[in-house]
Amino acid sequence: MNEITEKSIRELIEGIKNKSFSVREVVLAFYNVLKKQETELKSFIHYLEQDLIEKNLQELEKKATRGDKILFGIPFSLKDSYCTAGIATTAGSKVLEGYKPQYNATVYQKLLDNGALLFGKNSQDAWGHGSTSENTDFKIARNPWNLEKVVGGSSGGCAAAIASRMVAFAIGEDTGGSIRNPASYCNITGLKVTYGRVSRYGTIAYGSSLDTVGPMAKSVEDIAQILSVIAGYDPFDATSSPEDVPDYTGNLKKGIKNITLGVPKEFFQSGTDKEVVKTVRDAILVFENLGAKVIEVSIPSIDIGVAAYYLLAPSETSSNLARYDGIRYGQARDKFTLETMRRILIGTYALSAGYYDAYYKKSLKARTIIKKDYQNAFEKCDLLIAPVNPTPAPKIGEMASDPIALMLSDIYTLTQNIAGIPALALPCGFTSGGLPIGMQLMGDMFKEENILQAGFAYQELTDWHKRKPNL
Amino acid sequence: MIEENFQPIIGLEIHVELKTASKMFCGCYADWFGKDPNTNCCPVCLGLPGALPVPNSKAVEWCVMLGIALNCQVPEFSKFDRKNYFYPDLPKGYQISQYDKPFAINGYLVIPRERSESRNPSQMRVSISKLKQVERSLDFARDDKGKVIRIRRVHLEEDTGKLLHATVDGRKCTLIDFNRSGVPLVEIVTEPDIRSSEEARIFLKKLHQIIRYLGISDADMEKGSMRLEPNISVMKRLKDSKTQRLKKDLPQYKVEVKNINSFNFAKKAIDFEIERHITLLKSDEIPTQETRGWDEKKAVTYSQRSKEEAHDYRYFPEPDIPPVRWTGNQILNIKNQIAELPDKKKERFMQVYGLSDYDANILVETKEVAEYYEETVNQGLRTKNQKVTPKIIANWIINKKIDISNVSPEELIKTIAAKTQVAQVDQKELAIIVKKVIIANEKAVTDFKAGKKASLMFLVGQVMRELKGKGDANVIRKLIEKEIQ
Repeated sequence: MNEITEKSIRELIEGIKNKSFSVREVVLAFYNVLKKQETELKSFIHYLEQDLIEKNLQELEKKATRGDKILFGIPFSLKDSYCTAGIATTAGSKVLEGYKPQYNATVYQKLLDNGALLFGKNSQDAWGHGSTSENTDFKIARNPWNLEKVVGGSSGGCAAAIASRMVAFAIGEDTGGSIRNPASYCNITGLKVTYGRVSRYGTIAYGSSLDTVGPMAKSVEDIAQILSVIAGYDPFDATSSPEDVPDYTGNLKKGIKNITLGVPKEFFQSGTDKEVVKTVRDAILVFENLGAKVIEVSIPSIDIGVAAYYLLAPSETSSNLARYDGIRYGQARDKFTLETMRRILIGTYALSAGYYDAYYKKSLKARTIIKKDYQNAFEKCDLLIAPVNPTPAPKIGEMASDPIALMLSDIYTLTQNIAGIPALALPCGFTSGGLPIGMQLMGDMFKEENILQAGFAYQELTDWHKRKPNL
Repeated sequence: MIEENFQPIIGLEIHVELKTASKMFCGCYADWFGKDPNTNCCPVCLGLPGALPVPNSKAVEWCVMLGIALNCQVPEFSKFDRKNYFYPDLPKGYQISQYDKPFAINGYLVIPRERSESRNPSQMRVSISKLKQVERSLDFARDDKGKVIRIRRVHLEEDTGKLLHATVDGRKCTLIDFNRSGVPLVEIVTEPDIRSSEEARIFLKKLHQIIRYLGISDADMEKGSMRLEPNISVMKRLKDSKTQRLKKDLPQYKVEVKNINSFNFAKKAIDFEIERHITLLKSDEIPTQETRGWDEKKAVTYSQRSKEEAHDYRYFPEPDIPPVRWTGNQILNIKNQIAELPDKKKERFMQVYGLSDYDANILVETKEVAEYYEETVNQGLRTKNQKVTPKIIANWIINKKIDISNVSPEELIKTIAAKTQVAQVDQKELAIIVKKVIIANEKAVTDFKAGKKASLMFLVGQVMRELKGKGDANVIRKLIEKEIQ
């Protein structure tokens, strides 16, 4: 029965269809892992108790035909920044302790409509502020590969839950790397979609022009399945795109012959761990063997990425968090913790009279420059490849005390959110110490299809993504 | 010797609630007035976590429509911005509004001159130069009957909730009702071109009329669907009695007045403020720059808060709403939706129906009456009854207080026709009666022959008495004259 939790989503659906096993067996296989591992891993802020799971399972079993529901009966979890009606939602902060939303986030509703089964809400950095999930007001999630290391962030709990096989997939949220960073630290696959590809309605906002809703799972194939369910225009989100949703699963096996892969030289700066660099360069060789043409490109403005991001995001968050005044719902504002207060203050300052031009407006200009750099690069190549994190997972507590170091560690993931382009994080090796290393494939706006094809081809040839931690 | 002379400088800020079906950024009903508290809300207008605003396209169209009706330019690019501040009735902690790229800018409204205002040549010049500034061909008659009030901007934003002070379980508290939160508001800001409370009142009436004509709002000040904040300063004009030139001492302050619930109170509040400012200025004091509230019971304004500590709203572009880029066609489509506005309608009524300025003015006061009038005229034309003329119909509607909601145009036509109907009189019968009357009134006949014209009319009257009111007076008169000769 352990084998069930190793299967891809497609295999699970097929197995249920041809009665190799039932929906019940699938759900319980994953839930048993949760019961066994969760106390130690602390990847959930709140998970559904067995009796509720049983009740929901019975509802599912009553539904006679699945039709073409490609996630029917598949257990999943959500980062705790997604509104789930009647189920506690905190965004990792005590300010929302006790809060139960009145409505479902669109992404959650789509998954429910498809018959997927929610196990719980995952641990995260409060409000998305952070890249290690240590900035949580609840328990700090552990990296299943090494319990003393951080799980990454801010969608850390999601990554841990998938890596430890508690769920088949999760929906994280990526504003500056928050899906890719933990995916990389935990050896799973995670997709930052094009801005506007997936509806943000019901997502507790961090940086409205940067936030993306994305799938996290064991493989690119799984990612494609989930994306085909959650992508698309939503009339409740004015920034969601009416761009057609291609057949992500159908076209997955197209391969990457004649694709040009760009290697942006600024993403291999000094300060990047040597093993990380070597592992990613090995991955580039794999792509060459698969038929890709590899060229060097440049994204010069990556250097202003950190500064631009840490003006844009805090500015938007200083406004987005204003609604948490404790009057209509939630706790009082004094429950905001340090990192959040830091970002609110920075943002307020950057928007204030006399400083707006020097800071916020400048960051908007930087945004245009960064976007142009990516556009220029994509004129020369189809995809870009780079590391996700400059280092493997640090120890818990190691970076929390150094906010600047923490900010700098996002350097390879921030600019994609600023530019709005999609990026797929996938495992590409391990350090000598056994810690996962991840790489990312980036494409131009709405080119998820190409990225997934490349990622799939890589995962056909390699098995990094199949490794699981010893728990 | 220096003469002091005070000139009020007044600008108006008007908020109008649009009567769209839904609120500005969500699907809740915009028709909030009178509903039980907090029964007309959703995650969006309550500012719940994760909710997102989606603009109401009808509200946007109507805002642009109003801008066009007020002769504004509609820039190609426009966006929403966040206005950040804390207040319990503002659920998101910011209001979605427009800051530097509003939907409409640089318009104007021509208001009829105050009758009491003298045709001061310098004022006439100012008026024409403003018209020239506007660089558009103007449709109204350039007979200088009007004064131009420039409109700086027309933009769109959302309304807040409402605070109610109450006592609950013996404790004083404030309750918040979010039914009104998110209702679309159009804000109209004028340049400080207004020079008196009467001008302000006339401007407001005209604006109100246009808004009602467009059908975009009830603009009812008592229900709060039209709100008004005048900004008032008084300028000292020192006239050098030697050179007769006016030196302007521009006001160093302005006072905003809130809580005005009718056009008449607006006039009173403005007059009160002007007086208050002049008194202060006369004693060499400058009125404090602040926000004041109008107390309608005491008929005074009172200080609310210092406008000097202006909020820093930290405006920035609303990231949840993509900006608007108009095509020429879209603007044209909106423009074409604008039905005939009052000024044009009045001119047309005067031209086509031969009505006087005064009568036409009354008939176009509301769209309902104007349409009723025209419908009646059209029906009248169809009956081919020459007695049911546009002028006569106008007369009836204006003077006889017709209840247009109860009397249909057809019924009105019938009523008018009946009253003015000249009953046909048998010619033979008429001839006999004329002879009879002449014989019976020898003296009158003699008087008329002697040159007393009134006697003829007396005889006509006698004939008509015999006919019991029937008959055409002119025809009778001619007959009598003929008979007498």
